[in-house]
Amino acid sequence: MDFLYKNIYYIGAFGLIFIGLYMVAAKKNLIKIIIGLGFIDTGINLFLIMIGYIKNGTAPIFTKAGIDSAQMVDPVPQALVLTAIVINVAILALALGLAIKLYEHYKTLDVSKIRGLKW
Amino acid sequence: MRKTISFILLVILLIGIYYAIAQVHYGENKMEVSKHYINEGLKENGVTNIVTSVVLNYRGFDTLGEITILFIGAIGLGLVLFGFETKRKDIMPASLILATGCRFLFPLILLLGIYIFVHGHLTPGGGFQGGAVIASGFLLSYIGCSKKRISEKGINILESLGGTIFILIGLLGLLFSGYYLSNFLPKGTINTLISGGIIPLLYIVIGLKVGVELAGIIYKLME
Repeated sequence: MDFLYKNIYYIGAFGLIFIGLYMVAAKKNLIKIIIGLGFIDTGINLFLIMIGYIKNGTAPIFTKAGIDSAQMVDPVPQALVLTAIVINVAILALALGLAIKLYEHYKTLDVSKIRGLKW
Repeated sequence: MRKTISFILLVILLIGIYYAIAQVHYGENKMEVSKHYINEGLKENGVTNIVTSVVLNYRGFDTLGEITILFIGAIGLGLVLFGFETKRKDIMPASLILATGCRFLFPLILLLGIYIFVHGHLTPGGGFQGGAVIASGFLLSYIGCSKKRISEKGINILESLGGTIFILIGLLGLLFSGYYLSNFLPKGTINTLISGGIIPLLYIVIGLKVGVELAGIIYKLME
């Protein structure tokens, strides 16, 4: 129980990443693979935010004078995740666009039926 | 077969990651560099939101790279979907509730997005989040009142203008104080709207660019 309490965020983040990796590796439908990419992104964002957290931390914003700066969480991962979320949207959109084109060309979304993508 | 192989690979990866981060405990000390950002950031930039100060000043060059990635993503989508024709079925007109709600909410959502990125250096939020809010407003207007939309030309002009202004502000920093994207404007009073030198300007530019770019992506995918 103690192990779970201490590591719940690690488990959650890597759970999401591994669900995504499994979807990318094992699924055959292209849309499901793209959803898997979304899972990986979410998991990585959660992991980065969690790495920067400190116990009883507050947001790194000086909303009024005299806030204890020792309790502020790490701002660097937050800055990374901030941009990563938007980039994630662009990447998923690009992937969906490619999937649309593949469907137009091969009339199927099944990866194993698309020539050149077999494994 | 495929599933077992991927499962075995994932288990190996999991064991490797476990040994890699077993020593990193949850919720303990920060990095040295973040301590510097937190303790000195307010003095050095005059911006109360430390995340903003990291995004646009200490790592402004990274941010330039990131909006470039976004730009390339949008361009790539346009390239991939160029000349793509859907056999368009007749679109059902939006219901009365959706149409009215769209007309009512669209300007409010735009206003909220603009508020978020104008106040990005004081409160939580900033250009990327405000841009995403603005794009959600365009999504609503696409669904609700599908007659009205901004032209593709307008999207392209705003997008390129945003990127150019960002780079120009960086070059002005190079001109005035010797390195790219340096904070050359006066810092102003801390915790007021006009403070923090170039940071609010950069966030306004980023907000416009991200909002318009995401709206363009939405339009391209919907067409």
